[in-house]
Amino acid sequence: MKRAIRMDPKDGVATALNDLVAGDRITVVSAGQEVVKEVVVTEAIPFGHKVALSKIEKGTKVIKYGEVIGVASQDIVPGNHAHIHNVNSNRMQMPKVWYRKEE
Amino acid sequence: MKFQGYERPDGSVGVRNHILVMAVADCSEPVAKMIANGTEGAVAVTQHYGCIPGEMVANILIGVGKSPNVAAVLLVGMGCEGMPADSLGKMIKESGKPVDWVCIQELGGTRNAVTKGKQIVKAMSEKVQGLKRKEFDVSRLVVGVKCGGSDTTSGLAGNPAVGAFADMLVDAGGAVVMSEPIEAIGAEEPLAKRAINDLVRKRIYKMISDEEKRWSVPGAQVEFMCSGNIEGGLTTIEEKSLGAIHKSGDRPIRGVLEASSRLLEKVPEVAGVYLQDATHMEPMAMSSMAAAGVQIIVFVTGCGGSFGHAIVPMLKVTGNSETYRRMKDDMDINAGTIIDGQESIGAVSQRIFNEVIEVASGKLCLGEALGYNNFSVFRRDSRLDTLLGISSP
Repeated sequence: MKRAIRMDPKDGVATALNDLVAGDRITVVSAGQEVVKEVVVTEAIPFGHKVALSKIEKGTKVIKYGEVIGVASQDIVPGNHAHIHNVNSNRMQMPKVWYRKEE
Repeated sequence: MKFQGYERPDGSVGVRNHILVMAVADCSEPVAKMIANGTEGAVAVTQHYGCIPGEMVANILIGVGKSPNVAAVLLVGMGCEGMPADSLGKMIKESGKPVDWVCIQELGGTRNAVTKGKQIVKAMSEKVQGLKRKEFDVSRLVVGVKCGGSDTTSGLAGNPAVGAFADMLVDAGGAVVMSEPIEAIGAEEPLAKRAINDLVRKRIYKMISDEEKRWSVPGAQVEFMCSGNIEGGLTTIEEKSLGAIHKSGDRPIRGVLEASSRLLEKVPEVAGVYLQDATHMEPMAMSSMAAAGVQIIVFVTGCGGSFGHAIVPMLKVTGNSETYRRMKDDMDINAGTIIDGQESIGAVSQRIFNEVIEVASGKLCLGEALGYNNFSVFRRDSRLDTLLGISSP
């Protein structure tokens, strides 16, 4: 079964350990390799990218490693891909122009 | 635990025996390269801020010249520079190692300078080839930790494995240095918590907030996350930082080393973790760390950054098994086994520790064997600091 890893129990996101496609039912493991829950993926999520574990409303904090890594710029639901299109930094915004692929 | 190192006249211990041919400014770089070419153990380096580059650059060049990995130094100057070869040379000579200089204009041009330079370097080489390694305790090791070309595996596997190694080294009496002020933005709390006292805590906060000011000037287009980071899944600087700081381990942070135009602080001979207030950019950060006394660097890369350093061996660790498989000639250690569930963080950190001892004792890491000898120098723009109201520490 495809997996994602949740670094801290407070995290609202987990990191995909496989390439995921919409409809995948994945196992979420803790940093200690214990199964903590399952999530159904809503869209394609590449290896290393984040999948939302819970609802993160627009304007609320995104937590990874038990700390704030940013703020949701749109409503995010469980199974969504969480990345630059729906998460902004709380500290420094990057100009988007350099990113070489179409988002 | 022991390693085999070179003892220098000033008592410092190195892991390599380089002859540095240092062009004080890049106008003289071609001559330095011609001199170094063909002599065993000689490597040419320079800096690209012109011939009146200022004290921060001078401090780094002097520190690099004094590095215990360097057995002897020949400086090459044009003759008209604002930072003359003999001034730098005299300061490096304080270390007691063989130091000399050639001046292109004084010697009558390129051909004469190259001839004279080659004679000097050949004599230096004959002298230093005879130096033998001696046994030293692992507590004499000062290891730099750096990440570059990070993807999410860096925060999940690569950096945690190096962090566990950092803990082992500090527990054995050694020192660990991290130069990454920007990839600490968002991670102030976990770092500050480890400060040994209030002074260090304040310095950590200042280092990070100063760097944040420099990189978020309204209206200025600045990039601080590469496409490899983004494609690899890192979304914000906070996320990158929280993953990055893992490589410094868990042990107390004893200080923030200044690397300014006023002073380039050497790593104290006290076991612990030190942050260097230099730069995140590589290979520049490697030169800053080398100037402070770092002998080896453990470099974590998710995407597979392939390069090295002229005087400091750079051990490559990747947390991405796919990168390791694809770039087998360049990546020394695969920490991706942690993600695959095949190895624990502890097991990988032990492998890193063993490899560091072997590299310290003379084993070439893959980048060295391939011939990588990058060298560049970082200079902060003092005009920017003044305009931003950033004060000296």
